[in-house]
Amino acid sequence: MAALATMMPNFGQKVSAKSDLVPEWTSQEVSTGTTIMAVEYDGGVVIGADSRTTTGAYIANRVTDKLTPIHDRIFCCRSGSAADTQAIADVVTYQLGFHSIELDEPPLVETAANLFKASCYRYREELSAGILVAGWDRRKGGQVYCVPIGGMLVRQPVSVGGSGSTYIYGFMDSNYKPGMGKEQCLELAAAGTHCCCKACWELCSQHCRHIHTGAALSHSWLRGSDRPMR
Amino acid sequence: MATLTVNRAALGGFSFENCKRNALLEGEANKVGCSLPSARKTGTTICGVVFKDGVILGADTRATEGMVVADKNCSKIHYISPNIYCCGAGTAADTEMTTQIISSNLELHSLSTGRLPRVATANRMLKQMLFRYQGYIGAALVLGGVDCNGPHLYSIYPHGSTDKLPYVTMGSGSLAAMAVFEDRYKPDMEEEAAKQLVRDAIAAGIFNDLGSGSNIDLCVITKGKVDYLRPHDEANKKGVRTGDYKYKRGTTGYSLLITHRRHDVFISSMEMMSEVTCVL
Repeated sequence: MAALATMMPNFGQKVSAKSDLVPEWTSQEVSTGTTIMAVEYDGGVVIGADSRTTTGAYIANRVTDKLTPIHDRIFCCRSGSAADTQAIADVVTYQLGFHSIELDEPPLVETAANLFKASCYRYREELSAGILVAGWDRRKGGQVYCVPIGGMLVRQPVSVGGSGSTYIYGFMDSNYKPGMGKEQCLELAAAGTHCCCKACWELCSQHCRHIHTGAALSHSWLRGSDRPMR
Repeated sequence: MATLTVNRAALGGFSFENCKRNALLEGEANKVGCSLPSARKTGTTICGVVFKDGVILGADTRATEGMVVADKNCSKIHYISPNIYCCGAGTAADTEMTTQIISSNLELHSLSTGRLPRVATANRMLKQMLFRYQGYIGAALVLGGVDCNGPHLYSIYPHGSTDKLPYVTMGSGSLAAMAVFEDRYKPDMEEEAAKQLVRDAIAAGIFNDLGSGSNIDLCVITKGKVDYLRPHDEANKKGVRTGDYKYKRGTTGYSLLITHRRHDVFISSMEMMSEVTCVL
């Protein structure tokens, strides 16, 4: 059974000493200071993210995959605390898999989004997790759902998240148009995450996936140096 | 009067009942001007690398208690199962007990399934336990092993997040070790080259981080074989004294003390005592 933690109230007690021998960042929680985004189009969705995980000022993992599969055609983009989002994603993967076996058919994206919302809202005081749920199902096609910190659930045609997303609000507003095709969405996602990385002085790769009905899921790693400076 | 005791079912996790009281005490202590003693963490360098045939784990052997070395040759590579080992950084007691608990549970699981345990299973068990305790168990682990799906290497943080990577470092000396890895790691290395790389990474941590030191331990895990090399490299042998302050037998001792008197007053009785005093 996937464990959902018995959430203890956090009194904010600092246990570790200010020891010169052991630097600050070894005791800090691992966080994904992040850019994630998801765009839906007719027939599927495109999701993208950067690839950096930090503990304080140290980069713990420079090739993180923040686009986590929840089911065959449903993914989630994770931002916030790495431990919290990994734990929630594991729980929802289990619950959705069980549900899908009970139904004997592929689950709906809206179901997955509601499972995320249930966990994120119930433990909102203890968790630090901003999640985008994106996927394709037979009923409504490509869908993007936003589950930010606090546990709200809202469906949006395009969504960005993470601490780096603030740098591309303007970019997304001006470049996204409803009714874009698959190639334009891929271009938008790649450009968006790249702009974010440049704005944050991140020299790391971006990571774009594309989920389409019927066809195989495609996946591309883009190195930061591959894209020209605009 | 007889006192009644009520049996309460044990709740999971730690009991935080005294935290409010401790916070109050700390506030009062700060008002007076002194501070409460706080828990210390051990500095460490641990690392792991995936090579062609398996996984190599490395660790230093220093355990510190504040500014003093508590154990010059402690073992930081813990046994999880015959094909899986785990290096531990952070609070020594936490890493020791966590790995023992998971090792025990994994053996029961393995007997139940009838199969050799997988590294992913150990990873799941460790991350779910650490997440349950919300980071209060200060165990940062490097988990490595070889199972039916090949070699695997995970880094596990105290809050319960994990990363599956080809090379990882943890502990206070991890920056120094990671610098060595980033420079010289190549995929599909040979065993000797990989051992040298891990040895150099731990050595970088030992010589550049105050919290790490003494010897280098290695654990080479391949399909069907585990080489636990302890110590692999004694990078910090205690030196031999080259000089000696003792005097050889038969040395003649003598003493000389020179005192100066004022010549203008006592010219007639100028005294000079000669003694050479050797001070040992």
